[in-house]
Amino acid sequence: MNSTDLPTMVSAADARARARAADELVRAAADRDGLIDVAIGTVASPIGELFVAVSPKGLACIGFDDQDRASLEDRFAGALSPRVVASARATDDVRRQLDEYFGGARRRFELTVDHRLMSPFVRKVMAQTARVPYGEVSTYGAVATGIHHPDAARAVGAALGSNPIPIVLPCHRIIGASGGLTGYAGGLHRKEFLLRLEGDPTLFPG
Amino acid sequence: MGTRTPPPFERFLDENGAMVMRFLVAAVGPEQADDAYQETFLSALRAYPRVRDDGRLDRWILRIASRTAIDHHRARARRPEPRATVPDRPLAGPEPPDGALRAAVAALPPKQRAAVALRHLLDRPYPEIAQILGCSEEAARANVRAGLATLRERVS
Repeated sequence: MNSTDLPTMVSAADARARARAADELVRAAADRDGLIDVAIGTVASPIGELFVAVSPKGLACIGFDDQDRASLEDRFAGALSPRVVASARATDDVRRQLDEYFGGARRRFELTVDHRLMSPFVRKVMAQTARVPYGEVSTYGAVATGIHHPDAARAVGAALGSNPIPIVLPCHRIIGASGGLTGYAGGLHRKEFLLRLEGDPTLFPG
Repeated sequence: MGTRTPPPFERFLDENGAMVMRFLVAAVGPEQADDAYQETFLSALRAYPRVRDDGRLDRWILRIASRTAIDHHRARARRPEPRATVPDRPLAGPEPPDGALRAAVAALPPKQRAAVALRHLLDRPYPEIAQILGCSEEAARANVRAGLATLRERVS
């Protein structure tokens, strides 16, 4: 027996493969024992794979596939809890409702929202934005007026740009006063897709 | 300074899982390794919100894994079931090349087994092994030495 024989007993590659399989057991047991504070998962969509995060308080975040997931997870760890664990079960309700929305079968989300990733101002802007119904649009100025800060259209734009829960909190329904789409944190092509999906005929004549 | 919130648990699992599994396959045996792995990371997850990241969370998880491994042996010792790893008659046909080593490792006292795995499988230095096992550096060396001596005796 030589001490260098020991590594041959369990190769690093075998251990890695075995660990990845056992991770699923850890996640399932964590879910069963209520140890997940931030459940993460992915949802396929026509605007790319969405990254979703759900806490016991509700939906906390939806990320687009070109966002850096590691930095989003860091944000959850710092602002919510480091117990960030993948769970298909805990994210399933969000997945189902998003599927229905993209399939045209859902116009309103019935999800509780975890507001902890938003500042009080962003929260206020989002509450005002949520009043704009499916298929309609409003302007940055109108939202600013709605929250009694008529001069704050620019700050409203910044707040909408920081929306941690796009699609469900419909910041895509807020456009420029001239009718231009103006901006979207997920990219203008996604904003356009969502508005077309919701079918405001005045936005895209012809 | 220097301590902060630990990384998102998924990343921690990804970064440490293979190392912990490698240790546990040696420390509790391949049949028990998946159970011990699950127990180790669930204990870690329970304590996770209170943990401060000192940059050496790998030592923290190995400490939990070592404790889990040693507890596993105690739990098995209480149950009078036979050990499947050491057959009382030689099997027909040649044993796999590492079969004898596996059996000899399996027969070590749990603390020696953990110490040998930390030193010679994971290449941990003695001061770290002492921290992980919660003993003095001298005791860590003694455990590794005794474990290796037994292995040399049984695997020629």
